[in-house]
Amino acid sequence: MGIRFVLMVNKQGQTRLAQYYEYLTLDERRALEGEIVRKCLARNEQQCSFVEHRNYKIVYRRYASLFFLVGVDDDENELAILEFIHLLVETMDRHFGNVCELDIMFHLEKAHFMLEEMVMNGCIVETSKSNILTPIQLMDKTS
Amino acid sequence: MEQLKTIGRELAMGSQGGFGQSKEFLELVKSIGEARSKAEEDRIVVREIETLKRRIVEPDIPKRKMKEYIIRLLYVEMLGHDASFGYIHAVKMTHDDNLLSKRTGYLALTLFLNDDHDLIILIVNTIQKDLKSDNYLVVCAALNAVCRLINEETIPAVLPSVVDLLAHPKDAVRKKAVMALHRFHLKSSSSVSHLVSNFRKKLCDNDPGVMGATLCPLFDLIALDPSSYKDLVVSFVSILKQVAEHRLPKSYDYHQMPAPFIQIKLLKILAVLGSGDKQASEHMYTVIGEIIRKGDSSSNIGNAILYECICCVSSIYPNHKLLEAAADVNAKFLKSDSHNLKYMGIDALGRLIKITPHVAEQHQLAVIDCLEDPDDTLKRKTFELLYKMTKSSNVEVIVDRMIDYMISISDDHYKTYIASRCVELAEQFAPSNHWFIQTMNKVFEHAGDLVNIKVAHNLMRLIGEGFGEDAATADNQLRSSAVESYLRIIGEPKLPSMFLQVICWVLGEYGTADGKYSASYITGKLCDIAEAYSNDETVKAYAISALTKMYAFEIAAGRKVDMLPECQSFVEELLASHSTDLQQRAYELQALIGLDARAVETIMPQDASCEDIEVDTDLAFLNGYVQQSLERGALPYIPEDERTGMVNVSNFRSQDQHESAQHGLRFEAYEVPKPPMPSKVATVSLSSSTDLVPVPETLYSRETHQISSAGLSSETGSSELKLKLDGVQKKWGRPTYSSPTSSSNSTSQNPVNGATQTTDVATAVNSKVRDNYDTRKQRIEISPEKQKLAASLFGGSTKTEKRSSTSSKVPKASASVPDRSQESKAAVAPSEVAQGKTIQSSPPPDLLDLDESTITVAPPSVDPFKQLEGLLDPSINSTTNHSSGVTNAPDIMTHYAATPASRESGSGGYSIPVTGDNVNLLSELSNAAVRGTTGETTTTPLPQSVKGPNAKDSLQRDAKVRQMGVTPTSQNPNLFSDLLG
Repeated sequence: MGIRFVLMVNKQGQTRLAQYYEYLTLDERRALEGEIVRKCLARNEQQCSFVEHRNYKIVYRRYASLFFLVGVDDDENELAILEFIHLLVETMDRHFGNVCELDIMFHLEKAHFMLEEMVMNGCIVETSKSNILTPIQLMDKTS
Repeated sequence: MEQLKTIGRELAMGSQGGFGQSKEFLELVKSIGEARSKAEEDRIVVREIETLKRRIVEPDIPKRKMKEYIIRLLYVEMLGHDASFGYIHAVKMTHDDNLLSKRTGYLALTLFLNDDHDLIILIVNTIQKDLKSDNYLVVCAALNAVCRLINEETIPAVLPSVVDLLAHPKDAVRKKAVMALHRFHLKSSSSVSHLVSNFRKKLCDNDPGVMGATLCPLFDLIALDPSSYKDLVVSFVSILKQVAEHRLPKSYDYHQMPAPFIQIKLLKILAVLGSGDKQASEHMYTVIGEIIRKGDSSSNIGNAILYECICCVSSIYPNHKLLEAAADVNAKFLKSDSHNLKYMGIDALGRLIKITPHVAEQHQLAVIDCLEDPDDTLKRKTFELLYKMTKSSNVEVIVDRMIDYMISISDDHYKTYIASRCVELAEQFAPSNHWFIQTMNKVFEHAGDLVNIKVAHNLMRLIGEGFGEDAATADNQLRSSAVESYLRIIGEPKLPSMFLQVICWVLGEYGTADGKYSASYITGKLCDIAEAYSNDETVKAYAISALTKMYAFEIAAGRKVDMLPECQSFVEELLASHSTDLQQRAYELQALIGLDARAVETIMPQDASCEDIEVDTDLAFLNGYVQQSLERGALPYIPEDERTGMVNVSNFRSQDQHESAQHGLRFEAYEVPKPPMPSKVATVSLSSSTDLVPVPETLYSRETHQISSAGLSSETGSSELKLKLDGVQKKWGRPTYSSPTSSSNSTSQNPVNGATQTTDVATAVNSKVRDNYDTRKQRIEISPEKQKLAASLFGGSTKTEKRSSTSSKVPKASASVPDRSQESKAAVAPSEVAQGKTIQSSPPPDLLDLDESTITVAPPSVDPFKQLEGLLDPSINSTTNHSSGVTNAPDIMTHYAATPASRESGSGGYSIPVTGDNVNLLSELSNAAVRGTTGETTTTPLPQSVKGPNAKDSLQRDAKVRQMGVTPTSQNPNLFSDLLG
């Protein structure tokens, strides 16, 4: 399955985007997000960008005030996931231009669309920025 | 700038055009963004729920407005509140003709619903229709929904359309169709089992995106059954080669690296396909070697690929050159300053040592650094590595470390995990029973409620069984030491229930066995336990049984029993207990006390815990009866797990045995899919190939073991074998992998064990000496503790190297002696000792043979670590420090740091080019002018804008803020900071 969830959470622990590739109830999500955010916030920059939590491995990366957290299976290549996060941010940056937290908040559905293009069934399926953004731009044009 | 324009446009359009958002939405986002606490956020969301509940049911809501409501619902759920009142509106929105609305509707549903939700049935029809749409974007939206919402029952409804779409002219559609099929395979593999060949076909799709996506389902399929996909090895290799040679379109590049994510997926697939398959692996060597050679170890993504190469190399059939290259790469990881790379390095090392155990040696100090690092993640990974490296020579150090760490953490999940690891290692490699008991005590004391109950039973059995007949005195010593340690521990507050059970049992059995403690003392202690943990019935049951035993032994020994008052009241309490079990035990105790000595002795003989329990798990005494029944025509018994699902196979087997007297039908056709045998063979060959290098003897013994067990199962049918494995036949230490050295259980192996220990000392000394030697050249400031730890961890790790090391290292050691003696006299003594040791142990030329006649039976009590302590005089280290060279100059490579904030990293940050600054500033100014804002904007920077590093940033922020109508406050200035700094 690979990727189990993608989260964007800010420094205050507020969720900005959440996408789960396996079903969790609202309460489970709430608890999980609280726990892992607390864990990741407690870490400093020298420490690994990886944290084990329950049966997940969490790869996280911080951009300004926003944390990107990706929960993966045990046999996933952590460094690659770390770069996947960067690719996602670069893609959003290309679309929004100097992307910031507020862009994601105002265009939550678009951030989701991009993620939908990149990850399906928990697998990374598309990594070409133009392929990811084409459908979204087309949609913008037609509507 | 782009963004400013966007936002400006949105605002200008207000609520009546384009894809703009209403003032209300902006306010919501703003207030959520500025919320200072979770409680405040919750209040906002609760208010929002009320608004939405009212609004969403209003008649004639414009489409765009509805879309916004749905997104607001997304917020509600994302922030942890229930939005189920609006689900139906998301369903309705999927009917919309407008693509954006439709896709938002689908998106909302995928985020809201699990695939077993009642509403799913309502959208299947819409999905079916959309899958046939002319607009490929509609089809894509529907396929996205298919991947999340279609469950096992609804697969047939969309399957034909999805299969048709595999040949769609648009690559985006083909890609998503492949993934939809993948999803069906994950959900219910039987529903698409006839379609898996499509994945093979799609691998050759001329669009790289489709090909890349197809690797995902193929990886899953191959992991399940590698043998059916061996023919694809050549294709995968050639794809990987082309990707690595930059043949894919530029848009797949990531930081100048050609399609790294596809490369990684391919390497994962090859690792599975090449595992234990020499022929397949040979196809891969060249391309992997090439990727490693060209590897870019200066970027994260380059290292990600290199790491995947190591994984692949250590998984496929071993190739010497590649393993060397992989070890070199790994050395770079471990030497890096970046914790991320160290982490990957430790992981990779764990993979490499399975094939080439000696690689660990050169990284001893790096490993120890990681072990002692305050970073939990790194520490845990290192424990994982140590777990893989454990053998009887270093088990004490490793388990001690693990227990220390276990005590220090509070995370129950990991505590359970590491406790079970400790138990597993202790059971496998325990050097002595005494140590085993001490270790178990610690585990129980600190994680007692987290470990499996079986562990407690094993411990009791071990204490009960002891070594066996020959070593009665040792057994007694063991028991009295256990009793003593338990009496000491009892005083501790809040012991875990399971540990108390063990304590009660041991005290009951052996409390008075050595005559050191009186019965009344022990019974008093038992009553204390029962009283202190009075709400734990299991402990009470163990306690009362222990009391019964104590009194029985006393009566049998002819002594007079006078019950302590607290015991009496305890028994009385249990006589009236609600638990029938406790009650019965209490009555039994009462009845027993009234009997005479001889009767008691027969009922409750002393130290007979092992003898009187004889459970015949095979129920062999019924064999005659079963045989009779069979002869009379009864049906043979089929174990439960075979009755369900495997009916065909078992039927067939039973027929085979009895030549089908009763059944007229034959089921030969079903024999083919019977899986266990081929896979067993595969594992045998796999293990042989991976272990071939290090310890041939072990391999041999294991192989024969496996073969014999395989043979057994084929002869007698697996059902019997299974029963036995679950039953009591297992000793406390399970049959271990390194069979010759581990089990200290049997007396015949004791001398062997002792011998290995001495050899370990020898190697430890060797590596130590060489260590010091190397250290002079390489490292500064290595504390003696670390070196000691390194020696004890890695000392015994190089059995294969022993022969060469004993001969070649001695001169080195002696050569280094004069050096040291010049510097400090104190250092001479230890190095001489070292030399002496090496010479002493060198006579037996073939250490691996472990010939008992050549090695004098060394006392097993020799503690290699104690000896090492003598060797490691701190003065050596100080001299080492002085003489160490400057080779430790920082490597440029290691300077590479993967800091999460890309602000300072050179890892391809997407930062604004400096030259563009002026342009931006200019255009912004003009923009501001056009908007007719006053000059104040530029002159009075707002509090948050001051945060910006330069004037340009402040301007930009300020303008943005004003345009959005978000009143800037200092509450959450971060909302505006560029993610890519």
